[in-house]
Amino acid sequence: MTPFTPSAINKAGWEHFPHDADVGVRGFGATPAEAFEQAARALAAVVTDAEINAKASVKVSCKAPDLELLFVEWLNAIIYEMALRKMLFGRFAVRIDGTRLEGILWGEPVDVKRHAPACEPKGATYTALKVAADNNGIWSAGCIVDV
Amino acid sequence: MDPGRFTRVDDTTWRIEPHGAMRVPAIIYADEALIRDMDDKVYEQAANVATLPGIVRASYAMPDAHWGYGFPIGGVAAFDPDKGGVVSAGGVGFDISCGVRTMLTGLKVPDILHVQKSLADSLFRQIPAGVGSTGAITLDPTEMDAMLTGGAHWAIERGWGEARDLERIEEGGQMADPKTECVSERAKERQRREMGTLGSGNHYLEVQAVAEIFDSNAAKVFGLRLDEVVVTIHCGSRGLGHQIGTEFLKEMVIEAKASGIELPDRELACAPINSELGQRYLGAMRAAINCALANREILGHYARRIFNHFFPDHELCLLFDVSHNTCKVEMHEVAGKRRNLFVHRKGATRALGPGHESLPAFLRAVGQPVLIGGSMGTGSYILVGKTTGEKKAFSSACHGAGRAMSRHAALKRWSGRKIMDELAAQGILIKSPSTRGVAEEAPGAYKDVAAVVAAAEQAGLARRVARLRPLICVKG
Repeated sequence: MTPFTPSAINKAGWEHFPHDADVGVRGFGATPAEAFEQAARALAAVVTDAEINAKASVKVSCKAPDLELLFVEWLNAIIYEMALRKMLFGRFAVRIDGTRLEGILWGEPVDVKRHAPACEPKGATYTALKVAADNNGIWSAGCIVDV
Repeated sequence: MDPGRFTRVDDTTWRIEPHGAMRVPAIIYADEALIRDMDDKVYEQAANVATLPGIVRASYAMPDAHWGYGFPIGGVAAFDPDKGGVVSAGGVGFDISCGVRTMLTGLKVPDILHVQKSLADSLFRQIPAGVGSTGAITLDPTEMDAMLTGGAHWAIERGWGEARDLERIEEGGQMADPKTECVSERAKERQRREMGTLGSGNHYLEVQAVAEIFDSNAAKVFGLRLDEVVVTIHCGSRGLGHQIGTEFLKEMVIEAKASGIELPDRELACAPINSELGQRYLGAMRAAINCALANREILGHYARRIFNHFFPDHELCLLFDVSHNTCKVEMHEVAGKRRNLFVHRKGATRALGPGHESLPAFLRAVGQPVLIGGSMGTGSYILVGKTTGEKKAFSSACHGAGRAMSRHAALKRWSGRKIMDELAAQGILIKSPSTRGVAEEAPGAYKDVAAVVAAAEQAGLARRVARLRPLICVKG
């Protein structure tokens, strides 16, 4: 496995895309891991526009039979840690080894006044799920998140 | 959506004829304007549900249907276990047993107006809502299992509710056959400090005025009087349900792939009812239903406590408590035979007509209350089930207004602060930790709830009893 690379150096970005009831999150990067990190930032931005300080870190690991299912697992691992620890995470590092993913989430406890959380992600879905590289080799990873 | 894509059966019945892998037709109940405004994805998703094994009669969509994940939101489908029928985690959704309860206060609108602001502040301060909130209750493993088994009974036994509520909750407040051992430790851990929390997004607690009565007989039985005040709570099984949905969806997706089942949409992942995985999911889902029933009972207790502080001479009486994300075993008549079917309602409310054996005695003559959450500006409705609903859609009706616009689009169009000010000018106080959340839930982001319930009535799914106007809305 290659060392963790924090997403701060990634310039490829993320986006939200519309869904009638919920919201789509999509990240872009030079590798699937970078796209996953950016999609996690999109997930954080579903909850808050405010800055999330990197005061603590949490390690997660997950596995799934293919890259797309692994992406949903990754987002669900973040959602679980957010709910359990009452934290928000704004910085992410991912490494992927075949069907396994190890990640680090950096964040802080929810500060309702400062973060003014807009909604609570319930789970990542398999709807509009796609992890693929375009013709230029840029990876994207996205799906609908139930909020 | 182009109405031309359907066979128009009548003004509110639109049929997709079976084609491709569809085993049965798909039927959407809505008027033409609602059909035109619906996303094409509703057509696609309703048709996809019709391809699932063991589906009976048709795949249905209610007038508030909108693009969901797997099933459309507002989707209803029944499966026969003896015909290879399936249970689908996506067909129930992440927020298992999300639902609505309405409580009668016996207060008049002017009673509330005297204290509207301080009551709103008190509700917002004392009812944990939104991301980062924590309930006052912590469950150890023994209590967790007791809650998952006992539902609202469990809450009442511990002093968070009243025994007289039970007959006014679906399943008598306790879903039968839960299997706590099928609920993962992660799901239980996620719920450990979540009891008595409202959640976020479209979940709310509202103080509402009865603004209009359509059916005076049913209103009388329900205890609804013009200009009186009710409290309505919308929430579900919190983190536990979300985690169960997440875990079983994954397992069903992987299992389907391994068994070579081709799904038109991975979110439709399902397992045969008569399989180890199907039974395990049903056991866990029923435990989550109990979690939701207990949670709404506790929230109702909190509302009672706060109202008692302001109005010591008034008691809050539960009108009814309904769930709208479930899969339940129900007896229905199909081709002249009564059969036990597994009815999925994803964003759809059970709506039993008068005379149904499951109804408590006081409702037997009139039918089941169907509680429809609107938007925070336009108000909500109370309907009553009709006997015609049985043949139309296994006794089901809509559950809300249904979104007309994505959160994304709503956020671009509206400012939360401005909406709060505009609603305040109309006498509606909004309390929320997030103005952005308010913008995402803007009244204009929802369909016209009046049109939705009128279509439900015209289609014979349920009948309008009363319209409710919001006075206070607490959003997570």
